[in-house]
Parts: sequence; structure tokens; C-alpha cells
Amino acid sequence: MTAPILALEGVKVTYHGALVLDVPSFELQEGRTLAIIGPNGAGKSTLLRLLGLLEAPTEGRVLFRCRPVPPHGDLLSLRRRMASVFQEPLLTDGTVEENISLGLRLRQTDRAEVSRRLQDWMGTLGIRDLAKRRTRALSGGEAQRVSLARALVLEPEVFLLDEPFAALDPPTREGLLADLKVILSKRRITTVFVTHDRDEALALGDQVAVMIGGRILQIDVPERVFANPINEVVARFVGVETILPGHVRAVSDGLADVEVQGWTLQVAATLTPGERVLVCLRPEEVTLFPKGTTAALSSARNQLHGRVVRHLPTGPIYRVTIDCGVLLVAAVTRQSWEELGLADGVEVVASFKATAPHVIHRA
Amino acid sequence: MELIWQGTKQAILLLVRGDPEVLRIALLSLQVSGTATLLSLLVGIPLGTVLALTRFPGRNFAMSLVNTGMGLPPVVVGLFVSIFLWRSGPLGFLELLYTPTAIVIAQLVIAGPIVTGLTMTAVQQVNPRLRLQLVGLGASRLQVVWLLLKEARLPLLAAVMAGFGAVISEIGASIMVGGNIYRQTRVLTTATVLETSKGNFDMAIALSLLLLLLAFAVNWALTWIQQRGRAS
Repeated sequence: MTAPILALEGVKVTYHGALVLDVPSFELQEGRTLAIIGPNGAGKSTLLRLLGLLEAPTEGRVLFRCRPVPPHGDLLSLRRRMASVFQEPLLTDGTVEENISLGLRLRQTDRAEVSRRLQDWMGTLGIRDLAKRRTRALSGGEAQRVSLARALVLEPEVFLLDEPFAALDPPTREGLLADLKVILSKRRITTVFVTHDRDEALALGDQVAVMIGGRILQIDVPERVFANPINEVVARFVGVETILPGHVRAVSDGLADVEVQGWTLQVAATLTPGERVLVCLRPEEVTLFPKGTTAALSSARNQLHGRVVRHLPTGPIYRVTIDCGVLLVAAVTRQSWEELGLADGVEVVASFKATAPHVIHRA
Repeated sequence: MELIWQGTKQAILLLVRGDPEVLRIALLSLQVSGTATLLSLLVGIPLGTVLALTRFPGRNFAMSLVNTGMGLPPVVVGLFVSIFLWRSGPLGFLELLYTPTAIVIAQLVIAGPIVTGLTMTAVQQVNPRLRLQLVGLGASRLQVVWLLLKEARLPLLAAVMAGFGAVISEIGASIMVGGNIYRQTRVLTTATVLETSKGNFDMAIALSLLLLLLAFAVNWALTWIQQRGRAS
């Protein structure tokens, strides 16, 4: 692995005595997009400001291309190799063109180069038609495109984004997200992207870091973070809705029998008998059948009998909670919900494969 | 009514004929108050910007002082500037009392806090997150300040108008430190008082009309610049 472009060592940030960020070590690889997810107040924006050299850590140090950043020195030349975009577009009064060229003018870039990059990036972001428009007359989505262009035109070595889509309506957000994904991968721009939205992180990140309570709890490729969260807190944040405490009773042929509140679940995982574990189950892994139908046709090893206690329609997917002695959450399409004749109070069989659960070891 | 009518008619005649005395007084007013306003901008804009953008112990106290200063009674300013410039006062050796310079100094003391206070408010009205964004785009400290002032330029023009308006129309300080000396320190406001006390209403009305006209012209020009910035 090559040397990281940015790194943190033993970094702590405290505000008025309260510890808001505690990152013993962190590395950002060049050309990659790292998505940082976490709930509000997790310290994501603070981390981003440290990486952008907009704030100095209370303790520890920041390294840019393996050189420690002086905490109180003149950071202007280093900062000029990066660019940040925030949730609000924060455009200045003037035309779109004036805004996009702002950073280049601050760097006294020569005119021909400014105009070349303006054309290039306004074209890439599809805002060439807006060049002469006053920024006050832009829609939210247009303004955020201008804000992105204003940062990207600097062709920064590190591109930092703090929830840039949080204030946009869903269609605008999706359009911009798709365009940004193409831009970042085509131009191989090293990016750190902060969001509280799991879908945005999945869409953009080559890697995902989960931050909670000022700490980075897990950092990995998105598939692994979402499928194999390292602990219950991460699991809950990445959307695992069913987390069942149990203990391993027996192990044979790579299959473990895990006892969970009266049920014996079969789980494909490397476990040892007697071990205490958490069985994590994503809603989309659970299939429902009305009681009495041929659930046996299902190859799933785990079949639990229970009753639908509530359902929550979220678009075309219903999140259904089933009481089997333990509470399970299943994701069912509206079509299946109707075809299977499901309703609150109906008795059902909830089934899932032995490979479906992710197991976390408990202390 | 007759008095007003006659006075106004005479006043217009004086203005139309371009009475040299009236013009001299108006010109001096414009020079003195214009200079005082310019100096107050040189002091007030940097000071207001620093107060708006920095954090230091005693900042709130300093801001309260400025805000109080915005309402300084001109006679109080006149009194203290007089004492300072008095022959036996601390700055008496400068021999500035009863000169136009003395009026400029007094008016600077009046306009300075107004411009400082309004600059402070204007800069604070700019979205505080814009500052971080500008730093994040590679702006140096001076570039950040310049860009923030540019963003605040419309309310800053209001500060200029308020400063000029306060000094062109004040009389207490001008009369105390200037002395209303014929052909030396007589300005529109002090002359108006004098002519009124003598019963020369035509002259007094001419001077007041000119004062209004001057104030209007300057504010009209500034408003025009301000609103042009808003409309485009």
C-alpha cells in the first residue's frame, strides 16, 4: 500500500473540556473516496475540519504527505492544495462564473488557465448555461452544483465534502449524487465525504468509516461494513434491525447451533460452543410465509413461528415486525404483503438462511 | 405665512444668483463633513471589522462602548474637544481651536463610532459559515476580510450615509470648536442659527435649503450605488 496522503496520529479534540474527537490513528489513501457516516454529533464534521487543516487538534498531529502539519504555522500553502464544500452552498453575491473562479483568483491563477478550467468544470457539472446568472437567482440544486464546481475547479489534492446533499430534495440529490460518483471515479480525486445517510455512503464510498461518539469504530469497504458490523452500535447504525443475544450450544460442519430465547438458530459461522454472541439479521434477509403454507419448500434452515405485530410502509417496501418470542424485523414488498394476505395479527413463519445472520462476539 | 413665503422667495433668489457667501459656507460644510466622514471610514471600517470577526477578552465591553458612542451628543463632543484644544489644554500647542480642522476632529469623534458600530453589524450579518468556506477555498486572512466586506457592501453604504448624515447636520460641536467665525469656520448649520437669531429669515431659509439639498444629493448618490448593487 502506498503512503497515505493524509494521516492522523493520536488526535484528540476537546471543546470546553469535553472530548469530541478521539482518533488514535487514521490514514487516507490517494485517489480513493472515503465516506464517513455516523449520527449527528458524532464528530464527523470536526474530523473533516481537521483533515482540511481548518482546525488544529487539541492533541496529536496531522500529517499531509507524510509531513507533520505545524499546528500554528502558516497553513495557507497547504490549504490551497485542498478544497472544502459544506452543506450550504455559501456562494458569494455575484455571477456563477465569478463564484466558480473565486478560488483560482485567490491563487492568482493566470486568466487563460482560469477560463480553461471554468469551461471544463462547468461542462462536467452541467451548469454552462448558468455562467452569467446571479447566484441569488439559483435553485438549491443549482447552487450546490456551483459550490461543487467552485471547489473542483481548484483540482485539489484532497476534496472534502460535509453533508453536501443534506438540504436538497430527493430527486435533485439523486441526480447530483450520480454525477458526483462519475466525476470522482473518472478523475480519481481523493475525497472525504461526510454524511449521515447510509445510501449516500454506499453510493460514493470506496471505503466507509463509521463514527460514533467521537471515535471511528469501523473502517472498511462498504460491503463489509454493512454486512459485518463489528459491534452492536455499528450494527444498529448501518441498518441491522434485529440483534438477538444468545449463546452457542453446539458446532458441527461449520454450522453453529445458537440458542436465542427458546429458539435454536442455525448459523454459518466459525464459533466455539459456550460462546456468547449477538445474532444480527438485516430485514431484507428475512422471508415471511403465512402459517400453514408450504414454508417447508423454502431451503432456509431457520423457521420461526410468530405473529405480525405491526407494519410500517416505507415506499414500495413494508417493514414488518414479527413476535416469535423474540422480535424480528422483515422487509417485504408491498406486492408480497398483499399476495400473502398479511396483516397485523396474522400468524406467520419467518425464515432465513444459515448464512444470513452476521454474528458478533460478546464479552 | 407671509414670513415663510417671503423668506423662501428670497432664499431661492439667493441660491439662483449663486450668492458667494452662501456658496462659500456650503463648500466649507461639504469639505469639513466630507473629510470627517472619510476619516471616520478609515478608522471605523477596520475597527468594526476587527470587533466583528475576532474574539478577545473585553470584546463585549468594547462593543458596548462603540454602541454607546453611536449616540454621543454633539455638545458633549464639542465640550471635550474644546477642552483638549484649549490654549492651556493637552493639545493646545497645536493651536487648532476655532479652525476647520477642529471641526473635522469633533465630527470625526461623532461619526467614528457610528461607522464602527454599523460596520460591526454589517459584517456580523454575513453568514458566519461563509468565513470557513472562504478559508476552505484557500483564501488568506486578508482575502477573507476583503471578501466578507464585499459581501457586506450594501449595509456598509448605509454606514457611510449614517456617518455623513450625522455630521453634516450637527451644530453643537461645530459651534463650540469652530466658533462660527465669518469666512473661516462658518458652516451651514452654524450660519443658519446665526441668521435666524438676527431675524434674516431669507438667508436662514436659503442655508437650510442648501443643507437639505446637500444631504439629499449625497444620500441619493449612495442609495443609487446601493440599490444598483441589489437590483442587478
